[in-house]
Amino acid sequence: MSFVTGLKCRECGESYEIAALNVCEYCFGPLEVQYDYAGIKAAVSRETIEARPQNLWRYRELLPIETEPRIGLYSGYTPLVKAERLAAELGVDELYVKDDSVNHPTFSYKDRVVSVAITKAIELGFDTVSCASTGNLANSVSAHAARAGLRCFIFIPDNLEQGKVIGSGIYKPTTVAISGNYDDVNRLCTEIADKYKWAFVNINLRPFYTEGAKTYGFEVAEQLGWKLPQHMVIPTAGGTILPKVAKAFEELIDVGLVDAAPSRIYSAQAGGCAPVVNAIHRKSDLIEPVKPNTIAKSIAIGNPADGYYVIKAVEKSGGWGESVTDDEIIAGIHLLARTEGIFTEPAGGTTVAVTKKLIEQGRIPRDESIVISVTGNGYKTIEAVAPGIPKPQVIPAKLSDFDALYEAAGEPPLSDKAVNG
Amino acid sequence: MAIHRFYLTYSQEQIKEPVIYQVARKYDVITNIRGASISDHIGIVALELEGEEDVIDEAVAWIAEQGIKVEPIQKNVIE
Ligand SMILES: Cc1ncc(COP(=O)(O)O)c(C=O)c1O
Ligand SMILES: [Zn+2]
Repeated sequence: MSFVTGLKCRECGESYEIAALNVCEYCFGPLEVQYDYAGIKAAVSRETIEARPQNLWRYRELLPIETEPRIGLYSGYTPLVKAERLAAELGVDELYVKDDSVNHPTFSYKDRVVSVAITKAIELGFDTVSCASTGNLANSVSAHAARAGLRCFIFIPDNLEQGKVIGSGIYKPTTVAISGNYDDVNRLCTEIADKYKWAFVNINLRPFYTEGAKTYGFEVAEQLGWKLPQHMVIPTAGGTILPKVAKAFEELIDVGLVDAAPSRIYSAQAGGCAPVVNAIHRKSDLIEPVKPNTIAKSIAIGNPADGYYVIKAVEKSGGWGESVTDDEIIAGIHLLARTEGIFTEPAGGTTVAVTKKLIEQGRIPRDESIVISVTGNGYKTIEAVAPGIPKPQVIPAKLSDFDALYEAAGEPPLSDKAVNG
Repeated sequence: MAIHRFYLTYSQEQIKEPVIYQVARKYDVITNIRGASISDHIGIVALELEGEEDVIDEAVAWIAEQGIKVEPIQKNVIE
């Protein structure tokens, strides 16, 4: 049973049938999936959802598929960690980390959007899926395509680090590296998408792909006991996840799964690539493209497709946007690891650091509930933190050498430390 | 013949230049403006170019040479 009624232009309102199509023929506005919310309201309840398997399809009435999900059966439903030690450090009462660093199978939030896009690709009869990506998106498309048995093409700039190529290459897609400056490579990718009518997850399947990001928001609300967080900090790259989490919260209210309550949403960007946050600070909704220069590569998008909708969603929620320096991002990664035992990539370091900044600015009050979005895994980007990790101390294999080292470090005797806590 | 759709991003000074008029005179392309937003900082124009593939490529390269950012309407697709 599907409640999808069609596609609609977000700008001029023109309607379209469900198809692999992402921009309005008339005004070039982005297309969005439409649903029959009254039907959904009658069909879902907290109990029906809670009884389902713990993956992103438990919210399937609010997702744009018509048939049984075929991929992503282990994606989503990641932990919402109550972060008490980080809360103490930041001086706040109620703090959570929504942890997509452990999303299945490629350790980032992209497994959500890709699960939906590839299920849709199969429904629409495609045998080939594709994307242009420098990291997380390519990893996810490659892995899901392998499991679905689909042909897969990945387009990358020709100067990408070896490690990032392997993270997708292991799944055996056809990888094409394109030389040229960013704008030329980017333009060629859209021309390829135009000409070869494959399922380009973030281009012609974008209306379906982006809907997958709502599941991050659905889960946060469910895991809070069917409540919205009072404050939520979300990273912004292309501008998918933030507006879709905002939409998820609105939908949950509309279909009667949570009570309406204020929920402020904050966009987090790296200072070296902050076109959206800059526009929010200018109180403008026109995004001035920037040339990215930051270690937070997974969120370094100079001219985001949906940046405008990030600004609108932030504004509507009563939130704000902040950016932080690369040093603050690295400190954020260390802080999260040290207090909560979670190793995130620079995108997560950005949200941690931005949350800290917003609390210090007084924009986020200390006595209200806060969710920090952690959307990617630190094991993929060890080079970002490697310089700050002390080298291990080398000793010969003799107990006396360890004793000497231990005493020299001036540590208290072990018996004085809480061993069980 | 092909049709390609672009966003042109102009800086404050460039907004005064009749670039779209000039490109249509210099190259064998049909230009069709689909939307525009202008602030005191920047201008963004949604433009459709119709012509032979390689002529569109040349026209785009020429617009970019004028210092205007030319991007597909999907903006950045490399995520
Ligand atoms: C780890 C991670 N976090 C967050 C994002 C945010 O992306 P967007 O704003 O495009 O949804 C991305 C995407 O590129 C990502 O890879
Ligand atoms: Zn339209």
